[in-house]
Amino acid sequence: MEIFGIPTQALFGQLLIGLINGAFYAMLSLGLAVIFGLLNIINFTHGAQYMMGAFCAWFLLEKFGVGYWWSLLLVPFIIGATGVVIERTMLSRLYKLDHLYGLLLTFGLALVVQGLFTNFYGSSGQPYRLPQEFTGSFNLGFMFLPKYRAWVVVASLVVCLGTWFVIERTKLGSYLRAATENPALVQAFGINVPRMITLTYGFGVGLAALAGVMAAPIYQVSPQMGANLIIVVFAVVVIGGMGSILGAILTGFGLGVVEGLTKVFYPEASNTVIFVVMVLVLLFKPQGLFGRER
Amino acid sequence: MSKFKRNILGLAVAASFTVGVAQAQVSDNLIKMGVLTDMSSLYTDLAGAGSVLAAKMAVEDSGIEKRGYKVEVVSADHQNKPDIGSGIARQWYDVDKVDVILDTPNSGVALAVNQITKDKNKVFLASGPASSDLTGKACSPNTVHWTYDTWMLANGTGGAIVKSGGDSWFFLTADYAFGHALERDTEAVVLKNGGKVLGKVRAPLNTQDFSSFLLQAQASKAKIVGLANAGGDTTNSIKQAAEFGIVKGGQNLAGLLVFLTDVNALGLPTAQGLIVTNTFYWDKDDQTRAFAKRFAPLNKGIHPTMIHAGVYASVLHYLKSVEALKSDDGLKVVAKMKEMPTDDPLFGKGTIRVDGRKVHPAYLMEVKKPAESKGPWDYYKVRATIPADQAFRPVKDGDCPLVK
Repeated sequence: MEIFGIPTQALFGQLLIGLINGAFYAMLSLGLAVIFGLLNIINFTHGAQYMMGAFCAWFLLEKFGVGYWWSLLLVPFIIGATGVVIERTMLSRLYKLDHLYGLLLTFGLALVVQGLFTNFYGSSGQPYRLPQEFTGSFNLGFMFLPKYRAWVVVASLVVCLGTWFVIERTKLGSYLRAATENPALVQAFGINVPRMITLTYGFGVGLAALAGVMAAPIYQVSPQMGANLIIVVFAVVVIGGMGSILGAILTGFGLGVVEGLTKVFYPEASNTVIFVVMVLVLLFKPQGLFGRER
Repeated sequence: MSKFKRNILGLAVAASFTVGVAQAQVSDNLIKMGVLTDMSSLYTDLAGAGSVLAAKMAVEDSGIEKRGYKVEVVSADHQNKPDIGSGIARQWYDVDKVDVILDTPNSGVALAVNQITKDKNKVFLASGPASSDLTGKACSPNTVHWTYDTWMLANGTGGAIVKSGGDSWFFLTADYAFGHALERDTEAVVLKNGGKVLGKVRAPLNTQDFSSFLLQAQASKAKIVGLANAGGDTTNSIKQAAEFGIVKGGQNLAGLLVFLTDVNALGLPTAQGLIVTNTFYWDKDDQTRAFAKRFAPLNKGIHPTMIHAGVYASVLHYLKSVEALKSDDGLKVVAKMKEMPTDDPLFGKGTIRVDGRKVHPAYLMEVKKPAESKGPWDYYKVRATIPADQAFRPVKDGDCPLVK
């Protein structure tokens, strides 16, 4: 059976690939959504932090022999800690100013970080060995699914839903949401709002770093890996609705699939299709698919 | 007008005349070279700062400054965008008095600079770009295409693979001037040798994830998946092809343009067995090794690629021609470069044809197994040498208007 001249079997494969790429979009846009939703900062450093996560994993493996699983645990904390430093020393001074200032600062930081890494490690990237457990693939009949890619989808779903659950369904999450609505009032209840905001930024950055570790075995660990992704991820956040956690997750996966299908039917447009969707969404639903009117 | 004033005026006119004569020899008494390259993206390691270094080494080795000439090397990042590249080229030629543009890895940018250079009667030493159109329908009397081109790659790597039984192909092509040219030239070789092309897919430049395209290649059941891309695109597609079991499933990869830095980035366990065609390998003889030994420590350990070597050799020959001619007039210098035989430590003796093509031998090489490699950057073994007269497209087949 064929759909538009493409065998359905092949189409299933492409849908799955789309979901896998969507998993990365979802994890990255989730971090952005958390940071924007709670701090009102448009974190353009996110791509660089994703890249730093991948580099940190590579560095741990090459210099200290620390394997993939430990990296998965350690790297988000290490890079998250750099995020905490950035928030305390720089971002915290900008909360009272216009969004534009935060955007410019984080964008500048991203350029500096990428420039430094390119200077030290060059552009062609470093190879990161696939963990032993994940070599090989599952034969699904319609395609060979590399074990590692299957793991990425599962892990990313768990992380995304976990984050959504914490923010939307727990007491900690309700503090966070309350603090963004009215920080003074929440502080009056004896909650240390500045610390909570710092940790939230650290958490968002940690998410980016986690995605970076997961990406390391698939892509070359290169300074540009984040720059290539960040614009797309921003489009995902805009389409999903700025600050909407669930929106970021669903749109991430959804757009991965849309992009995957474009690669089959009209590959030349696969870089632009997400932006076409963005334009359409902005025209008809400016607050994004899942966003609230502010 | 008093006599005195008239004399002064006469002197001024005479003085400006003599200055004018001096300028007609070497403009502004300065040979200014602009290295237009990729400083921030996927081609940075294979060209980039290494190309600037190669140009400076060539200036030094030529000894031209000791003979009273002033030479300056400037550089800029074209960001792989033809509009940005043309903007820089115009600024350089019109405002900054640049006489010659070097390197320019990215055929899209190079084709734009090629035209601008011709319009402004300057010199373009294209050692970075691949498209064979630079000496074909877009050939220019102001351009020398030095290092390699898509026709050479297609006949070197493509030809060798078709002849050893890889007769059905699927192309994974970078979607811009270079990829299209490489795909076209390789397809011609495949068809000429009795092979067939089962499909092709065009991926945007600087794609991160190739799995979707690789899946299409897998479904085509072609024996060979031809990678008509370069730099980071090549390394990512080779890496992901391994992940999706393309080679294990019985298909083979043909990296049509693989640089030394790509092999280094992939690592030998992934890259071993790849067949590549290059016109320069640093470990070829004593002279190339000596060059690499000087070059690498100044370039973060990155050993010279054929593009770096091309910048070095083309600058040497250019400076020789300027000195012989005592002028840096674009048309005249390039004519002189074509007239004088080339001779440099990296490519050996060679010539530049009327269409601007520099000809020298090409080497069909295989990437070593990890066990065969004696250390970092020891990556290739030479399988065959393609002599200079066969390595490049015959001059009559290029449709170059300069060839009558």
